[in-house]
Amino acid sequence: MTFACREDDVPPGEGRNITIEGRRIALFRTDTGWYAVDAVCPHKGGPLADGIVCDHAVTCPLHDRSFDLRTGEGPGEDRIGTYAVEVRAGEVYVAVGVPAASPVAA
Amino acid sequence: MSERDRIVIVGGGIAGQAVAEALRERDPDVAITLICGEDALPYDRIRLSEILVDGSDAATLALRPEEWFADHDVEVLLGRWVEGGDLDAGTLTLDGAEELTFDKLVLATGSQPLLPPIPGIGLPGVHPFRDPADCEAIRQSATTATHAAVIGGGLLGLEAARGIAAQGCDVTVIHLVDRLMERQLDPVSAAMLEPSLADLNIKVRLESATQAITGGDRARGLAFKDGSSMEADLVVVSIGIRPEKTLANTLGLATNRGIVVADSMRTSHERVWSVGECAEHAGMVYGLVAPILEQARVAADTLLDRSAAYTGSILSAKLKVAGIDLVTVGEADGDTSAVVSDAASRTYRKLSVRDGRAVGAILLGDVRGAEALMAAVRAAEEVTDPLDALAAASAAGPADLPDEAQICNCNGVCKGDLVAAVEVDGCTTPREVMSRTRAGTGCGSCKPAVIDIVAMATGGLNDEPAYLCACRKQTREELADQIRTQGLQSVSEVSQCCGTGRDCGACKPALAYLVSEVNDNRHREERHARYINDRVHANIQKDGTFSVVPKMRGGVTTPSELRRIADVAEKYEIPLVKVTGGQRIDLLGVSKEDLPKVWRDLDMPSGFAYAKAVRTVKTCVGEQHCRFGLGDSMGFGVEIEKAWEGLHTPAKVKAGVSGCPRNCAEATIKDIGIVAVEGGWQVRIGGAAGASVREADILDTVETKAEAMRLSTTFLQYYRENADYKERTYDFVPRIGLDEIKRIVTDAQIGAALRERFRLAKAATTDPWLERDDPYHPRQFTDLDQQSEDDGPPTPVVVGPPEEARR
Ligand SMILES: Cc1cc2nc3c(=O)[nH]c(=O)nc-3n(C[C@H](O)[C@H](O)[C@H](O)COP(=O)(O)OP(=O)(O)OC[C@H]3O[C@@H](n4cnc5c(N)ncnc54)[C@H](O)[C@@H]3O)c2cc1C
Ligand code: SF4
Ligand code: FES
Repeated sequence: MTFACREDDVPPGEGRNITIEGRRIALFRTDTGWYAVDAVCPHKGGPLADGIVCDHAVTCPLHDRSFDLRTGEGPGEDRIGTYAVEVRAGEVYVAVGVPAASPVAA
Repeated sequence: MSERDRIVIVGGGIAGQAVAEALRERDPDVAITLICGEDALPYDRIRLSEILVDGSDAATLALRPEEWFADHDVEVLLGRWVEGGDLDAGTLTLDGAEELTFDKLVLATGSQPLLPPIPGIGLPGVHPFRDPADCEAIRQSATTATHAAVIGGGLLGLEAARGIAAQGCDVTVIHLVDRLMERQLDPVSAAMLEPSLADLNIKVRLESATQAITGGDRARGLAFKDGSSMEADLVVVSIGIRPEKTLANTLGLATNRGIVVADSMRTSHERVWSVGECAEHAGMVYGLVAPILEQARVAADTLLDRSAAYTGSILSAKLKVAGIDLVTVGEADGDTSAVVSDAASRTYRKLSVRDGRAVGAILLGDVRGAEALMAAVRAAEEVTDPLDALAAASAAGPADLPDEAQICNCNGVCKGDLVAAVEVDGCTTPREVMSRTRAGTGCGSCKPAVIDIVAMATGGLNDEPAYLCACRKQTREELADQIRTQGLQSVSEVSQCCGTGRDCGACKPALAYLVSEVNDNRHREERHARYINDRVHANIQKDGTFSVVPKMRGGVTTPSELRRIADVAEKYEIPLVKVTGGQRIDLLGVSKEDLPKVWRDLDMPSGFAYAKAVRTVKTCVGEQHCRFGLGDSMGFGVEIEKAWEGLHTPAKVKAGVSGCPRNCAEATIKDIGIVAVEGGWQVRIGGAAGASVREADILDTVETKAEAMRLSTTFLQYYRENADYKERTYDFVPRIGLDEIKRIVTDAQIGAALRERFRLAKAATTDPWLERDDPYHPRQFTDLDQQSEDDGPPTPVVVGPPEEARR
C-alpha cells in the first residue's frame, strides 16, 4: 500500500486528487469511510474530486453523473476504477491495483 | 391532600413519559406526578447516538418541551431519587428526607447497562452506552483514540460502532457468538452484514470472549479467553441491560430478573404497577420501545380501573446505522421459509413460517414491504406460499396494508391511526399527522411510509407535494420549519433530524442554502454540502479550471483596477479575458491552486459570478451622461449592488437599472429590473433572457429611489425565503402570482419583517475571497500532491511489502 496523505489532509466530506504509481486518483473522506477511485469522470473528463459526496456516492461537478464509490458503478455503462484504502494511525494508504470491495461471499 | 386520585410515576424515561401521556389522554383530572432521577426532562433514548455521531445537544432529544408538562397538568420533579416508602400507607421517601403521598404508584425505573465482571472494567477509557454523558464521553475519546473496541455485536453495539467510526476512529466489534445480532438474524444474513460494516470502517471479531481489559492506568487493550489480544484505547461495552429493581426490592415487591408484573401490568402489590425495561412479564424483559408503549397503554387503562391486558409483544427491530437497511421482526427461523437473496447487491429477504403461519421476517438491503411483512407476522397470518407472500409484500403500496400494520415502530402507530388522523381528526399534511400521532418522531425511519399513507388518505396521491428531494420526502417548507423549531444550524444536523437515514447528496446544496437562509446566515457552514463553485468561490469550467470575475459594481471600473486585472492576466498566463454580459471582466482558465494568489493580486472583492446569489446589477450611464436619461441609473445600480451583494439566493439573481424606457440596461428581462420613468421608478420582477424570454412583470411604479429600493429589497427577501432551490424568479413569480406578491411585499407589517430579516442576513455576509488568507482548510485549494498553503507537498512513499497491498 502506498502512503497517500494524513487523515486531516482531506476536509471531511470532500475529495482530493493524488497521483499514485502513475495513476491519478481521487481520494474521498466521507461519513462512511475513505474511498479511492479514478480521478477523471468517464463522461467528459470532469474532476470527480470536486464533486459532492454523500453516503458512498460522488456526483460529478460537470454534468451530475453519480458513481458508487464502493463499486465504481455509474449510470449505464459508465464505470470508474476503485482502489482499496486503509487508514492506520491517522495516515491514509491506497493500494493501486486492488479493487475496493472484495466480492461478497455468497 | 386534594380529593383527586394521585398517581405517582417513578422514572422519567420513555416508559414513565408514556404512562403519563396515556393517563392524561384517558383522564383529564387524575393528578399525575413524574419523578425523574436524571436532571433532565424525559428524553428520547433511542436517538442518543445523534450525540455520538454529530455532537447534537442532549436538549434536542427531549420527548416533550417544558410547556407540555404545564399544559397537560403533569407535575415533574427533576433530579430527584426515590429511595423507599411505605406502600400500604401510600408514601414515598425522596432523597432521604421528603415524603410524597400517592394513591397509585408506577415504577418505570428502566435499566442499567450490564457490565461484565472482568478485570479492568472500571478503567478510564471504558464506557457503557446508555445516557447522554456516555455518548459525550465516547465521542470525546473517539476523536483521539487510535483504536476502539465495542464489546457486544447486537443492535446497540453496532450503532455505537458506527458512531465511533463516524469520528474517523478505527473500531472493532467484539462478539461472543458466531454471528452478529444473533437474536434477530440467521447465519446467512448475519454474514452478509459484515461487508457492509466493513464499508463503514467497522471490523468484526466473532467468537471472542473478552477476559480482561488491560492497561495499568487506563484501557489499552483487550485480552481474550483463547489467549489472543488486541489494542484498544477506547472500549464501549454494550452487552445487554440489567433491569433496575433496587427500589422495587426495597419496597418489598416480588422481583425476578425484573419486577414481576401480571397481564394488568400490576406488580405483587395492588397499588403498584411497573412498565418499561424494569418490568418482567411472563418471563420476558423487553428492551425496545414498541413493547414499552404497549405496556404503558395497558397500564394506563388498568390504573384507571378499565380492563385491559398485556399479552406480550412480537419484537421488531431496525438497525439505525446509516447506509445499512435492516429490518427484522419475530423469529429468525421457522419450519419453512422463503429466501430471496443476492450476494452482489447484499440483499437478503426472508419470510419464516411455522405451522403454516408467518412467524418472522428478515429484510437486509432491501426493506420494501417491511410494514406488510411485520403486520403479517404480528397477526400470525396464514401463509401457503411464503415466496409468493414475500414478493407480494415488496410490491405492496400503502393501500394494500391492513389497518393494523404498524408503520412507526418507535411509537407503535398503525396505518389505521394515520388514516384516522386524516379522516376523523381532519389533519391534511404529513406534519400534522405526525405531531398528532407521534408517528415518525422517534428514530424517523418510517417518515417516508407515513407520508405515503397520508398522501393516500388525503387523496393527494396525484398532486404529490413538491419534496425538496426524493431522498427525504419532505417539502422545503417542512424542512424550513424543522430547522427553525429545532434550531438546526448545519446540513448534517438537518440530515440527522429530518432525514430518512439516507442522503442522496443531490440535495445537500439545497439544504445548505436553506440552513443559511433560515438562520440569517448565522449557520454552521459545511463546505462539503456546497457545490465546488461555492467551495472555492469560482466557476468551474468544462476542463476543470475556473473562471474569476471580480466585483465591478454597476459595470463601473477604474484605470487602476483595469491595470491590476491586466497584470494578473499576464502573470498567471490566463488564457482568456472576456467582457461578460453582466458588464464585468471574466478571467477564464485559472487553476484551482492559483485562485487565492489571483485574488490577492487583484485585490478586488468577489463578483459572485459562480454562485446562486445576487450577481450583478447592469446599468446604463443614465441621466448623468445620456441625453435621454430620466434618472441616475448608474448611481442607483451601484447602490443596489452594494445593498444586495454577498447574499445567496435560491437561484442566481440578475438585476438591471435603466435610465429611461429605452432600456439600454435590459432591465425588463432581469430577475429584478428598475427603469426610470417620468416622475419615478418602475420596479419589475421575474424577467428572463435565457433559453426562453420572459418580460418582467411590473410590481409597482414609485416616486423615489428609496421607495424603489425598499420595494425591490422586500421582494428579494420574499423570494429568498419562499422559492424552491434553483427556482428562478421567472418561475417563482408566475407560481405565486403577481397579485399575491404585490399584496405581501406592500403589506406594512409583513414587509417590515422581511426587510428586518434581510438586514440580519446581509449583516452576516463577507467577501469570500478573503479566504485567500484564511482558508477553511489548509487544502481548500490544493490537491494532495500540490503545495498546500502551510506545508510542503507529501511525497508518496511506498511502505510495506507489496503483498500487503494484495490483502
Ligand atoms: C443508544 C440506545 C439506542 C436505542 N435504540 C433503540 C431503538 O432504535 N429502538 C428501540 O425500540 N429501542 C432502542 N433502545 C432501547 C430503548 O431506548 C429503551 O428500551 C427505553 O428507553 C427504556 O425506557 P425506560 O423508560 O423503561 O427506561 P429508562 O430510559 O432507563 O428510564 C428509567 C428512568 O428512571 C430513573 N430512575 C430509576 N430509578 C429511579 C429512582 N429510584 N428514583 C427516580 N428515578 C429513577 C432513571 O434515572 C431513568 O431516567 C435504545 C437504547 C439505547 C441506550
Ligand atoms: S436607457 Fe435611457 S438613459 Fe439609459 S442609456 Fe439608454 S437611453 Fe440613455
Ligand atoms: S464529465 Fe462527469 S458527468 Fe459529464
